[in-house]
Amino acid sequence: MAGPSAHDHHAPAAHGSDDHHAHVPGFFARWFFSTNHKDIGTLYLIFAIIAGIIGGVLSIAMRMELQEPGIQIFHGLASMVYGFQGDAAIDGGKHMYNVFTTAHALIMIFFMVMPALIGGFANWMIPIMIGAPDMAFPRMNNISFWLIVPAFLLLLLSMFVEGPAGAYGTGGGWTIYPPLSTTGQPGPAMDLAILSLHVAGASSILGAINFITTILNMRAPGMTLHKMPLFAWAVLITAFLLLLSLPVLAGGITMLLTDRNFGTTFFAPEGGGDPVLFQHLFWFFGHPEVYILILPGFGIISHIVSTFSRKPVFGYLGMAYAMVAIGAVGFIVWAHHMYTVGLSLEAQRYFVFATMVIAVPTGVKIFSWIATMWGGSLTFRTPMVWAVGFIFLFTVGGVTGVQLANAGLDRSLHDTYYVVAHFHYVLSLGAVFAIFAAWYYWFPKMFGYMYAEWIGKLHFWVMFIGVNMVFFPQHFLGLAGMPRRYIDYPDAFAGWNYVSSIGSYISGVGVLIFLFGVFEAFARKRVAADNPWGEGATTLEWQLSSPPPYHQWEQLPKIK
Amino acid sequence: MAEIPAPAQGPKGRNNGMTVAVCLAFVAGMVGMSYAAVPLYRMFCEFTGYNGTTQRVEQVSDVVLDRDITVSFDPNVAAGLPWEFKAVQREVTMKIGETVQVDFTIHNDTDKPTVGQARFNVTPMQAAAYFNKVQCFCFERTELKPGESREMPVVFYIDPEIVKHVETDSIGTITLSYTFYPQDDKPVAQNAVKAEGQKQL
Repeated sequence: MAGPSAHDHHAPAAHGSDDHHAHVPGFFARWFFSTNHKDIGTLYLIFAIIAGIIGGVLSIAMRMELQEPGIQIFHGLASMVYGFQGDAAIDGGKHMYNVFTTAHALIMIFFMVMPALIGGFANWMIPIMIGAPDMAFPRMNNISFWLIVPAFLLLLLSMFVEGPAGAYGTGGGWTIYPPLSTTGQPGPAMDLAILSLHVAGASSILGAINFITTILNMRAPGMTLHKMPLFAWAVLITAFLLLLSLPVLAGGITMLLTDRNFGTTFFAPEGGGDPVLFQHLFWFFGHPEVYILILPGFGIISHIVSTFSRKPVFGYLGMAYAMVAIGAVGFIVWAHHMYTVGLSLEAQRYFVFATMVIAVPTGVKIFSWIATMWGGSLTFRTPMVWAVGFIFLFTVGGVTGVQLANAGLDRSLHDTYYVVAHFHYVLSLGAVFAIFAAWYYWFPKMFGYMYAEWIGKLHFWVMFIGVNMVFFPQHFLGLAGMPRRYIDYPDAFAGWNYVSSIGSYISGVGVLIFLFGVFEAFARKRVAADNPWGEGATTLEWQLSSPPPYHQWEQLPKIK
Repeated sequence: MAEIPAPAQGPKGRNNGMTVAVCLAFVAGMVGMSYAAVPLYRMFCEFTGYNGTTQRVEQVSDVVLDRDITVSFDPNVAAGLPWEFKAVQREVTMKIGETVQVDFTIHNDTDKPTVGQARFNVTPMQAAAYFNKVQCFCFERTELKPGESREMPVVFYIDPEIVKHVETDSIGTITLSYTFYPQDDKPVAQNAVKAEGQKQL
């Protein structure tokens, strides 16, 4: 990666903050009417932490339920929350479990990973990294954030209104396939969930337009696309994926909405529709969506690996275009989620091949990270430890992904825990580890305080052991044939489910350690240096003070 | 948009408004594509037999192969339609290319006239392209008077071309599934369009 040259004079940081201290608005105007990309980024990060805790609590409740065969806690939960009694509590509990899986997925995807990586870190760092004073459309940035909050509230609200007759919440899975999402759940819960996705989608599309405009038009003089930091590349590609895939989801769920409420029959066979069409539309969005979740992480990991190896990233252009290739090919592989709907053999052959092709650019990235570390002057500070953890876990998930790409193998593994293990290795472990890596990497820059190294390391090891205990045994369960999305299972699966549940409690402790670390850093107020990582950190944000001035780059940095 | 420091962004005159316009065009285009997918998908299915859509023909086959194939029937009635719907024979075994008539019986259990429309599906789905119907009650809506029973024929043959493709050559049994859906409050216009589309084929 092209190292941007040092700032002409180092003064603007101190000078700037003096100058602008008076311009920082009061609390309400600053945090509610905010148009400052750093403040909005902070809001997004806070939002993502809250949503992540809620989504995490839902998942721990599911693991508590699955710890032993039989129904342990959900009938109790159902009678507590919804007031069901007796047998109704059992049935209500079963549906409630489905509601939990659905809400967990939607929250983690739309309200945790996307806000953290795109709204949070990208908002914070992209303008700084490309030498821009702010985002292109600061007010639109504000709208993006304040749309995601009501979207989240709508989804939470949907858990407390009627879904199927006599039960609460929407339990159709995050894929909301009809007919379960149309005639199967006539109550308003599904409508609220659809509306939530509409609003969240609008927020993301606005954000994507903002990022594309910012990155294309507002780079500092001399920063060509081929000198741009890899995180900016990652976010640019992610924004294009959002722009092209989210409208298809919006179209699909609008059809669901009109099928449900206005008598259209897009997906209803009685009017000549076809439920499988929804699956095509959904996965045309859904597959790019999983790259939307992971590509910003790729960019972050590149910076961290380069910083702590004290080397420029290996194969910069290859890394950038590998992401372009992943994004492009991601649009033409959607039906590998649908091998069991009766595709012709020719179609299956095509989708197997196209899916496996993605392993090539992904492999380029993995090997380039390793090559960056090779011969580097490595220091294993907390962000680097998380980054190495990311590479390991993402590779495990990638390998099972190549296996699942095979239509023949997928016949037996479709909708089993093997798939659950696969996508949690790439997302729950991959994307989330990238988020934590970014958090520790940029925490001193964003907030001006140093986290405690031992807490960061402890957080990593507890989390690493916890999540591997949760998800590695799920490979065995899936291979043994345990289907996903059920509240109960035969006794034969009890052993590994128990291990998996213990792992989820350990991961929960990991999250508590994370929160304690945040608290500790703000309580101790160890002042962070402008560049705490040394000469390996070459991107522009390390030339500013920690935290950066309220408005940065009044004098644009020049890139050689 | 006035607050954007566009002049500071270099000599190239990068235009934020233009970028946004292109982005919005992408968004509008993709929403349009998702809706365009609906008729395109239907046409594609009817043309190729994809996803179990059977073919409608006017003439019977003049080629009959000396090879048996079994067709089994799966009659269903959707919720909300108080009909009894049965196949007279559970399955038939016939030569490939031979034209066969099978009968279904249908009975309106209530004291009200009701209207239903049958929808059909073939599995394995790859066989649908070779499943040719000469005559079928599913081509039109069915109206039954209170308590009325009716015999309804389906005349069909399996296209001998089925043995020429490696994917379909090994198929020994084809299942033809029908589901009757109530048609009281469904808009008639859509069904008319659907019927026309089928006639064109």
